[in-house]
Order: sequence, then C-alpha cells, then structure tokens
Amino acid sequence: MSTIFEQPRVEAPANYLNVDYGWKSWLFTTDHKRIALLYLFSITAFFMVGGAFAVAMRINLASPRGVFSADTYNKLFTMHGIIMVFFFLVPSIPAVLGNFLIPIMIGARDLAFPRINLLSWYIYIVGGIFALWAAFDGGVDTGWTFYAPYSTTYSNTHVILTAMGVFVAGFSSILTGLNFIVTIHKMRAPGMTWMRLPLFVWAHYATALIQVLGTPVIAITLVLLALERILHAGIFDPAVGGDPILFQHLFWFYSHPAVYIMILPGMGVMSELVTCFSRKGIFGYSFVAFSSIAIAVVGFFVWGHHLFVAGQSMYAGTVFSLLSFIVAVPSAIKVFNWTATMYRGSISFDTPMLYAFGFIGLFTIGGLTGLILATMALDVHLTDTYFVIAHFHYVMVGGMVMAYLGGIHFWFPKITGRMYPELWAKFAALVVFVGFNLTFFPQFLLGYLGMPRRYYSYPEEFQVLHVMSSAGASILGVGYVIPLIYLAWAWRKGPRAPQNPWDAKGLEWEKAPSPPPTFNFDTLPIVTEPAYNYSGEPEKEEPLAGEQRGDRHA
Amino acid sequence: MGELSPFPVRASAAAGEVDALYFFIVAVSTIMTALIFFVVLSFAIKYRRRSPDERPRPIHGSIPLEITWSVIPFGIMLIMFGWGTKLYFELYTPPKNALDVYVTGKQWMWKVNYPEGQREINELHVPTGRAIRVTLASEDVIHSFFIPAFRTKHDVIPGQYVAIWFQPTKPGRYHLFCAEYCGTQHSTMGGWVTVMEPADYEAWLAGTERGASMVEEGAKLFQQFGCANCHVLNLTARCPPLGNVYGNPVKLEDGRTVIADEAYLRESILNPNAKIVAGYKRDVMPSFQGQVSEEGLLQLIAYIKSLSNPNERRP
Repeated sequence: MSTIFEQPRVEAPANYLNVDYGWKSWLFTTDHKRIALLYLFSITAFFMVGGAFAVAMRINLASPRGVFSADTYNKLFTMHGIIMVFFFLVPSIPAVLGNFLIPIMIGARDLAFPRINLLSWYIYIVGGIFALWAAFDGGVDTGWTFYAPYSTTYSNTHVILTAMGVFVAGFSSILTGLNFIVTIHKMRAPGMTWMRLPLFVWAHYATALIQVLGTPVIAITLVLLALERILHAGIFDPAVGGDPILFQHLFWFYSHPAVYIMILPGMGVMSELVTCFSRKGIFGYSFVAFSSIAIAVVGFFVWGHHLFVAGQSMYAGTVFSLLSFIVAVPSAIKVFNWTATMYRGSISFDTPMLYAFGFIGLFTIGGLTGLILATMALDVHLTDTYFVIAHFHYVMVGGMVMAYLGGIHFWFPKITGRMYPELWAKFAALVVFVGFNLTFFPQFLLGYLGMPRRYYSYPEEFQVLHVMSSAGASILGVGYVIPLIYLAWAWRKGPRAPQNPWDAKGLEWEKAPSPPPTFNFDTLPIVTEPAYNYSGEPEKEEPLAGEQRGDRHA
Repeated sequence: MGELSPFPVRASAAAGEVDALYFFIVAVSTIMTALIFFVVLSFAIKYRRRSPDERPRPIHGSIPLEITWSVIPFGIMLIMFGWGTKLYFELYTPPKNALDVYVTGKQWMWKVNYPEGQREINELHVPTGRAIRVTLASEDVIHSFFIPAFRTKHDVIPGQYVAIWFQPTKPGRYHLFCAEYCGTQHSTMGGWVTVMEPADYEAWLAGTERGASMVEEGAKLFQQFGCANCHVLNLTARCPPLGNVYGNPVKLEDGRTVIADEAYLRESILNPNAKIVAGYKRDVMPSFQGQVSEEGLLQLIAYIKSLSNPNERRP
C-alpha cells in the first residue's frame, strides 16, 4: 500500500499523506481522510468486480439465446446487483467523500468517533469478503432482492453466505451514519450554524438518518430469511404457514429508503459543484437543505410501490402511489434550484461541472420515468421489465455515479494535492455520458415492449435494442477505465495543486491546505459568513437567529 | 405495428387505455425534460465565464418561484395519479360473468385448465369479445403472469389465489411471460396466448381432446379424499353444508362475515381451523395441506362452485 504514494519532494509540508508511509499507519489509522482513502480503494475494487459482472451480462444479452448458461446468467445479475448496491452505491459518496469532507467542511479535526470510523471500514471489508466468497465459490442466484420463498426454500446456492455479507456490511453503514449525525450535531466550528452548513453536509445528515433508522430493518429481515432457510420457521414460506409478501414489505421498507441513501449524497455533491462552477450562492438554500430531509422522511413511506402487482390491497397501493408522487416534489425542487443557481452566474466548464450537467439531465430522465412507475396502471405493465432497469440505472448510474465522478474530480486536488489532466477528464466525461445513454435508453423501449428483466434468453424481436445496449455498455466501460488510468497517473505525477484551484468557497478550500494536515487545519477556523458566499457580500439576507446556537458549541 | 413502434401490439380492450396514459405522461415528461435542458443549456451559454475574476451578484432565492415550481408540477402529478389509479382499479377488478380459465404456475411452466376439461401447457386460447377471468395459483415460488399485448400482469403467489382479467380484441398469437424471477429456467417459463374469433374458439374447444371437466374431476377428488363422508349435500351434523356456499356470505364463529370466494374455499380445505363457521367446532376437519395438488384444489373448488345455484347468489 505504501508504494502507491510517491515520496514527496523535501519542500512539501507535512500533510495527512506524507506523515507516515508504513502499512500500519494505514490499517490502524483513525484519520478520517485516510479511512476515506481505504474506502476509496475498496469500493473501487468492488465497482470493478460488479462492473465485470455487468460486462458479462451484456455479452450474454447480445444474443437472443444467450452465451452463458441460464444458471450462470442468474448468478451474474444477482452478484452484480448485490455488489453494486450494498458494496458500491450505499458506501460510495458517504464513506469516501463524506468521510473525507464532512469534518473539514464543518471545521472539525475529525469525526466524532474516529475509531468507530475505522471499525466501520473493517466491518465493510468483512461483509465484502463474505459476499465475494459466495460469488467466487459458486455464487448465488436469488436476485439481489432475495425474494421468498425462492430464497428460503428453492435456491440451492450461497443464499446465507451472501445474506451474511449484506447483514455485516449493514452495520458498517449504520456506524458511518451514526458518526455523521453526532459529528454534524456536536463538532461544528464556532459560527458554523445549521443554516450555514454546506448543502453537502445537509444531504449527508439526511442520508445518515436513513442509514441509522432503515438499515436495522434489512438486518432483521435477513436474519428471518436465514431462520426460515435453516429452520423452516414458517415466516415467509407459505408451505409452512408463512407469508411471502411479508418478506417483500420488510425488504422494501429498507431497500426503498436505501435508494435515497444512494442518491441524496449525490445531490449534496451537486449543490457544491453547481455553486462553485457558477460562482454563485445556491438559489433557495433552505429549500435545497430541507428537501433533503423531506426526501429522507417521505422516502420511508413509499415502499409499497414495489408491490402494485404483488396482491397488496388496491387501497394500500393507492396511498403508496400518492406518496411516491409526493416524494418526487423535493427532488424536483432541487433540480429547479440548481438550474436557477446558474442564472446570471459565471459558469465554467471544468470537468466536475460537466458531470453536474450530466447529472441534471440524466437524473431528470430517471426521476420522470419514476413518475411513470408510480402510476399504478402503468406499473402493472412495466414492473419487472427493462423499463424498471433503465429507470433505476438513470438514477443510480446517471445520477449517483455521475455525481461521484464529478465529486472525485472536484476534490481530487484536495485529496491528493495534485491536479488531474483536464483534457483527458473532459474526454472521459463525454465518453461516460454517451456510453451511458446508449446503454440504458434502449432499455426503456425494451421495457415498454414487454421484455422482462432477469432473462438470459429472449425473443428475437428484442435483439436490436439489446445489441445497442451492449454496444453502449462497452463504451461506458471504456469511459470508466480512462479516469482510473489518468487519476492514478495524476496522483503520482500530476502538477501540484494549489490550496484552492477552483476559487471555491467552503472551509475545505479556504482554510485547509491541499492535501490537508492530519488534523485538517493549522488553526481552527471561525465561520463568519453563510455557505457559498461567492460575492463576498456581508451577511444580511440570511437570518442571524442561528448565530447564538452555533456559538454555544464553540 | 411496425418493428420499430415503441408500443407493443394492442390486443385487449385495456391496452389502448394504458397506452394513452403512457403517452400522456411521456409527453408531459418530454416537455419537462426539454424545458430543463433548454434552460440549463441557455444559462450555460449565456452566463459562461468570460473573465477569471468575474463575481456575479448574489441571488438568494424566491419564495414565489419555489411555490410555483412545487405546486404546478405536483398538480400535474395529481392528474397522473388520479388517472393511473382509476385505470388500475379497472385493470384489476374482473367483471361478473367473465369466462373462467385456471392457470397454475410451477417451475418452469404454465399449466392451463379450462372448465370443460381441456388442458394445455404454456398455451392459452381465448376468444375475442368477452372478458376472460384467469385464476392464478402457484405450486412453488412466486411467478408473475405477464401478457404484454394485454398490458396486464399479476404476481402469482404460492398459497393464494389471484384473479386477473382482460378482454381480448384482436386475434393473433402473443407472448406470455413469467415476469417474476423464479429460478434457473425463469427465462423460458413462457408461452403463447392465442386469441381467436368466438366461432374459431368454439371450434377449437370442440376439437381439442378433453378429459373430464373440472367439475367432474373435482367430484372424483371429493369422493377420493373422503370429503363426501361428512360434507354430504345439506346434511349439517358435523360440518357446514356446501350447497350454495360459493359466492355467499358466511357467518363465522368470531362474529365476522366473509364472502365464500375461491380464496376462502382454498383456505378452508388447507387450513380448516383458520375460519370456523358459526355453530361448528374446530379440529373436526383435518388439514389437506400437502395432499391436494394446486390443480386438484382448483378442481375441488370448481366442484364446490357447481353446487351453488347461481340464481340464489347475491348480485
């Protein structure tokens, strides 16, 4: 591990990277920034594994009869889903960027519980080992949703081992969320009132609430699943008196809010990118901030929209449908506010902003197709088809991964102290955008035409669209490999980054060097202005009511 | 329907309605997307950075604007919600006097039983011009009965009956898929729905080899499992009579009243103690869980249904 980082030149001041090079200094670190890097490398590894499964799936689907056996394909899509959801998307932005930035953004020296932070990484790795063990020792074929009674009674693959992995990784997520909540409440610098917090922090606060409140439910569900599978307890399997729909309710009670665990941090990144590269304060700060909380709260009450065709009461369905439309409103508010932020701004087209543009476009499409699925009569036709696949990849890959890449580029100078090659980065952003749309747009069409998901073979009339999708996937794959190469290069050889290359606002840019020292600041900052005060005007429009509260924590 | 049409073939009365709703939401979404793209792009061009030390004037926000772009989209969403909910209730509420077909899903095939005794696997024949009600059962895991040309789908849950209906309008052969992942050969758990003109359908029914009708098969099972020993028509010594049970309200010992539909009959066979009819004792009837196949259950229920005089049924 130590060889990754080149010995810096003598004149480089002490920072969190050059303070120690031994492997122990990484594996036993309690520095939130080093832990963020541990996460960065591990989730990148999981992303590559999950991506390799996706590549194999798209190869299989280029031919209507499939290339692999049915069994192999079933395991591929299951492992793709499990790795990508639980070991990439859920931890991605929070555990990497959130870990690195939240303490610096609020003016703290570390998270509230540095050792718990390290523990959560180890838990994540243990969970990941279970999942990979299952994947490479024969695999699992239930789909990432583990629906009973197939998972409890019929599948003869590594259901329990995989469920163990997800169960264990859940605790990592809970601990990260807990750490964020306490840190944001208790460790803000003097003057850093709630209404001065960067929106990235608000988004992570909302995410952390879901992590802490939602994740225990999936843990319980998976324990019940294991009990049913081993002891035939009669919880989910109707043959022994259970109810398979109960499993779906429990599963989605976590897994729908988990969708917001995956997208909210991306929205937080977006607010930082749009303001910085428009050089303007956010339009409607409190609306953007509280829309995150609204999404987190309402997001807990929409899980039933996964059960419109599962025999749930039609009246329950009606309520879930209405709530699903309601939860779309705060997301729309965010998109409109980001757009309005650009109005009369000073917009530059650096790579992170290109990803932000990509996010707005793709997330809009992902969100609006969500409305189609929230409409019950249409969900009857579309659920369990490629339309759903396309919809959530527009949100998760088009939204979250775009925001993640945008964020990685934006904070790369801060994290590494180096600049990345701008031209290559712009090129890769373009390739990702084109490849993504070519991969997933045809899947909307496939879905409405009736192509069911999780099919390794399919009627020939669907082949044209599937081949387009596979071709797009190969472009998308290239688009992901390019940044991997130039970022690794830039980390070692890139030109040194100044403290604030983007002329951005925020403590991480204004007060912390690039890369920051171990305890982030040479002197603890005192905050005297609202977030995104790009015009440098004295505070007058924002109410000062929170001032006293902030001072109390000093 | 050219190969490049974004709509699959419309072969049921509901298909056009679903497509119309879809078209409406896609149109609204396209306008919204175009609007956002246009605004973002024009801002990006118009307000691009012209010198590195530009400092735009701050704009903090606007409550009227926030209200506008929350309320108007939500109003439009309420139209989608209302329309979609109304159509959903229509899609999932079978009309009276529909033609009954029984379909059992099992890994990895669809078994189709017609009331008159014809049987098919992975093939479903239906006539145009009248409502078809399909009662769905599963022998193992969750399947999902999906006919894209009819724009309808319903999960098939083991341990439950669900009914789905459609009114075919256009003769032809259409895909039948299993849409809920059900194990190794999930992708091949499909078949064909053949829609025929009523006369052709009658000819097909007549020309297809048929065993005993479902009622006759059910009557045989009724003897075979010893049901007849107690449940002889209208003898009420140990157990409730079965004549005129189906479709009528049943008063239970806990005071509730339920309608004796297929699900109730099924439960009473497999788990007799779940709902005890008022005036009878529990633990008299044994459970037949695991002894009767799903197909057998459907036949038994068809037989019990035949004992009801439709004229005395509640409307």
